[in-house]
Amino acid sequence: MSAGWMRRGRSGSGGGRIRLGRVGRRRVQTIVMTLSVLMAVASAVVAGSLMASASAPFDTAFARQHGAQLTAQFDEGRATAEQIAATGRLAGVTASSGPYQVAQIDPPGPDGADLQQTETVVGRATAGGGVDDVTLRSGRWASKPGEIVLSTDANSVGPDTRLGTTLKTSGAAGSPTLTVVGLASSVTDSADGWVVPAEIDALRTAGAATSAQMLYRFSSAATTAEVNADRAAIAAALPKGAMVSAQSYLDVKLAADENTALFVPVMLAFGVLGLLMSVIIIASVVSGAVGAQIRRIGILKSIGLTPGQVVRAYLAQALIPSSVGAVIGVVLGNVLAMPLMGDTAQMYGGSASAVTWWIDLAVPAAALVLVAVAALVPALRAGRLRTVEALAVGRAPRTGRGRWAQRLAARLPLPRAVTLGLAAPFARPVRSAALLAAVVFGTTAATFAIGLTSSASAVTTARHPQGSIPVSVFLGGDGPAPVAAGGSAPAQADPAKVRAAILAQPGTAAAIGQSQGTVSVAGGTGTIRVRLYQGPSSAEAFALISGRWFHGPGEIVVPTHFLTTTGTKVGDTVTLVDQGVQVPVRIVGEDFDPGNAGLTINTDMATLAGAQPGLHPVFYDVVLKPGTEVAAYTSGLRTALQSSGVQVEANETEHVSPVVVAFDAMSVLLTLMLVSVAGLGVLNSVVLDTRERVHDLGVCKAVGMTPGQTVAQVLSSVVGAGLVGAALGVPIGLALHDYIIPVMMRTAGSGTPSQIEDVYGLLELVLLGVGGVAVAVCGAMLPAGWAAKARTATALRTE
Amino acid sequence: MANVIELEGVVKRYDSAGAPALGPVTLTVAEGEAVAVTGPSGSGKSTLLNLVAGLDRPSEGRVSVGGLQIDGLGEKALARFRRERIGMVFQFFNLLDDLTVRDNILLPAQLAGSARGKAATRAAELMGVLGIAKHADAYPGRLSGGERQRVAVARALVNRPALLLADEPTGALDTASGHEVRQLLVDLHRSGQTVVLVTHDLVLAEACAERTIQLVDGHVAVDRSRNAEVVR
Ligand SMILES: Nc1ncnc2c1ncn2[C@@H]1O[C@H](COP(=O)(O)OP(=O)(O)OP(=O)(O)O)[C@@H](O)[C@H]1O
Ligand SMILES: [Mg+2]
Repeated sequence: MSAGWMRRGRSGSGGGRIRLGRVGRRRVQTIVMTLSVLMAVASAVVAGSLMASASAPFDTAFARQHGAQLTAQFDEGRATAEQIAATGRLAGVTASSGPYQVAQIDPPGPDGADLQQTETVVGRATAGGGVDDVTLRSGRWASKPGEIVLSTDANSVGPDTRLGTTLKTSGAAGSPTLTVVGLASSVTDSADGWVVPAEIDALRTAGAATSAQMLYRFSSAATTAEVNADRAAIAAALPKGAMVSAQSYLDVKLAADENTALFVPVMLAFGVLGLLMSVIIIASVVSGAVGAQIRRIGILKSIGLTPGQVVRAYLAQALIPSSVGAVIGVVLGNVLAMPLMGDTAQMYGGSASAVTWWIDLAVPAAALVLVAVAALVPALRAGRLRTVEALAVGRAPRTGRGRWAQRLAARLPLPRAVTLGLAAPFARPVRSAALLAAVVFGTTAATFAIGLTSSASAVTTARHPQGSIPVSVFLGGDGPAPVAAGGSAPAQADPAKVRAAILAQPGTAAAIGQSQGTVSVAGGTGTIRVRLYQGPSSAEAFALISGRWFHGPGEIVVPTHFLTTTGTKVGDTVTLVDQGVQVPVRIVGEDFDPGNAGLTINTDMATLAGAQPGLHPVFYDVVLKPGTEVAAYTSGLRTALQSSGVQVEANETEHVSPVVVAFDAMSVLLTLMLVSVAGLGVLNSVVLDTRERVHDLGVCKAVGMTPGQTVAQVLSSVVGAGLVGAALGVPIGLALHDYIIPVMMRTAGSGTPSQIEDVYGLLELVLLGVGGVAVAVCGAMLPAGWAAKARTATALRTE
Repeated sequence: MANVIELEGVVKRYDSAGAPALGPVTLTVAEGEAVAVTGPSGSGKSTLLNLVAGLDRPSEGRVSVGGLQIDGLGEKALARFRRERIGMVFQFFNLLDDLTVRDNILLPAQLAGSARGKAATRAAELMGVLGIAKHADAYPGRLSGGERQRVAVARALVNRPALLLADEPTGALDTASGHEVRQLLVDLHRSGQTVVLVTHDLVLAEACAERTIQLVDGHVAVDRSRNAEVVR
């Protein structure tokens, strides 16, 4: 090795500054340092931006718009405006706005058809008002009768809704027409449209019950229980039955966060993993590089370098390539984050945002500080080292650490080159620990990511149990069978006949009739959706968290959120209220069905037969006998049902949600980055080690070690770390996954069914372990090659 | 007697421009001979030795050792050649600090894949002969220079090489230790070992070798046997 990697600057430059020279000599070290910082910074930028963009978009908007924690509707027939307004002054209410009068409008479609899309319109003079600051997206607030501001979430708002268009308030002749003057949004979706208060009367249908809306914020409303208590206090302050309904912001948040919730904990986990790993790799790369040159430092000091110059020189040596790496890393991180940010934006329902600027500054700055600190420790030690000591390092016999390992290894019945390598890590415990950490992190990341992607696809399967249903038959007409007064039955096929025809078709295993409706729970929150089944519905069963699927009428299966909201548990009996009829039912199972605010219950159609005698399926899901060809079956059934006017559809068997695709892409990318940083960490350790042992390797070669044996020696020196690292990393990744998944599910308001949590197969785990060893071996391959090729005579001269 | 070393027109250049570090050199060393290579610093002595040991390849010419032409061999074959036919002793011992004396000595045998028992017997025998048996389980760092060099010699001989090469074996030793090692080499030569020895030490050259080759600027200036004298 040449002693000339750095030299004095021009003697005239005053302080005798030291600068780098002959960087080429340290090319590999420099490249590894640059690459490590590059990859670490890039993954930190990606992870950081995803974390930032994922962090609670709902909470941010909610805080900014002073969202209503409770949106309540009151029956104006049972409470006066004064009484309702007085609830805003109850203890525990910190802010309120309203009461605002409410009207329902039913805008017809372009062709005058009834779209059955009722819109809730609120009479409100201003967008602000202390609670629920409605944000205008375009246009202006309504200032006179005849004008409406539509919510961007309203059903009748489409991509072609423009300011100035008119909206008929119902299909009835002579109904008022409103001009759209603004588009706005309320964070809790408090209304579909806003008009001036004076307009409301004109919009109300004569004879119907009238209601008013009141928006509240409370001193304590962090949990469902707290909001329920607040809500009960308001209801108690008014005459019985005055509160018609009340929506908690937590339900809105849950629906809004449904996708976000799945991502945030994962992004956090990846981010933390990536940052930790970056710290360890940068620290070990830099301190290793500096530490490896202590002898050189001794030589330099013996020719008159001051300790301060030594420290500065080494800092520069570490910071120059690191800065280059950091800059390229930021660019790479931004490039990689961009498409992912688009994906996340889509998932969060927001607009694509660029990488947050402060991340672009903070990440490289932190990385460089880290590099400086990591370099400073050995550099200071080197600066303080007495010259003779520094000169003696490398020549003098080493500390003798890890010799027990050499003695032990020598006894193993393995080739000598291998046993020499196996014992080598014990002579340098700190460096071996860094190498081990790199392998542990790499394996952990890979294990975690594989688990996540498997869980993500398990979530898809669990949420789309209908994937196993190859054919569906629609009876025509949509929505639940109307039980409307007047009994004007739609032109619908007779369900019983259709069912008989399906069952008569060869290849049919079962036909499951389905319908949907809404019910309310006695004493509970507003209305909830109910999926009604007729026939052997267990084929449609969502993944179960606890309990079982219902066996017959009177039993219901509910999602986790239902249990939390109503404070019930599996085994309890609750009373459903449908068309004013009370139906007691027993909760027999908890299913995995996050989303839709998590409040859809499943039961047998017969459960509600008492309340709705005319209830019948609106479509049938058909399960086929094994081996039945779907296309042939479908066309056969079409022919059989031709005259009845039903639609027979073959279902897409694969349902891959774009969210899952984006999610997978993200975890794969982050994993690849983490694994390659791990590989670089290993490479760095082995490069340093090989350089340090170039003399010993030369000796071995002089006494007859072949190139093959040299490679074997270097590789076996990392196999141990690979095995131990994999043995640690796989269970850590597993534990991390098993910790994160339930957290994810809890944030999404659901429990965790076992098929989402237990996703690892034994073979998978073994392969991951092997992968850990492979990362170590790959990292060592290059330096092993150099060691084998190094010229022995040159190596021996290294003194 | 057969020639152990045959060099024919051997030239070694470290950089393509300028004069070669060695050569052209043509010489032979017979079996059982003890040759001392002397010459001023930088004259090419170590270069010559490295070429014979197969640690380096000549730029031109032929190098044969024990009838095997080694200048065209691959790395693997060279390594095998070294461990089977060459024993090397260096100025700075080049022992592995993390291995005990015994393990250092055993290393070439183990790399060659010799039977454990046989190698252990051979090592014990060598340690006995060289007077280092009591240090068998010590680490080289604890030994005196002379003792270390005897360990190095034991390691060089463990595979019973046809040729023992020594580069300044006494260069790092004090007078007394130097004397020990000199005596050891004399004894080895007497027992029939072919030895090529690079040294500045004329006393060592005189004592150990019946033939002295003097290199000057990479050329053989003097090649003198104790009986006859040839000047070039
Ligand atoms: N690896 C190398 N690269 C470049 N030049 C070299 C190398 N090894 C030796 N030389 C040069 O070749 C010449 C001969 O060197 P060599 O080591 O053989 O001399 P020597 O006779 O052994 O000297 P000393 O008595 O000082 O050990 C010297 O000029 C030396 O600088
Ligand atoms: Mg020399």
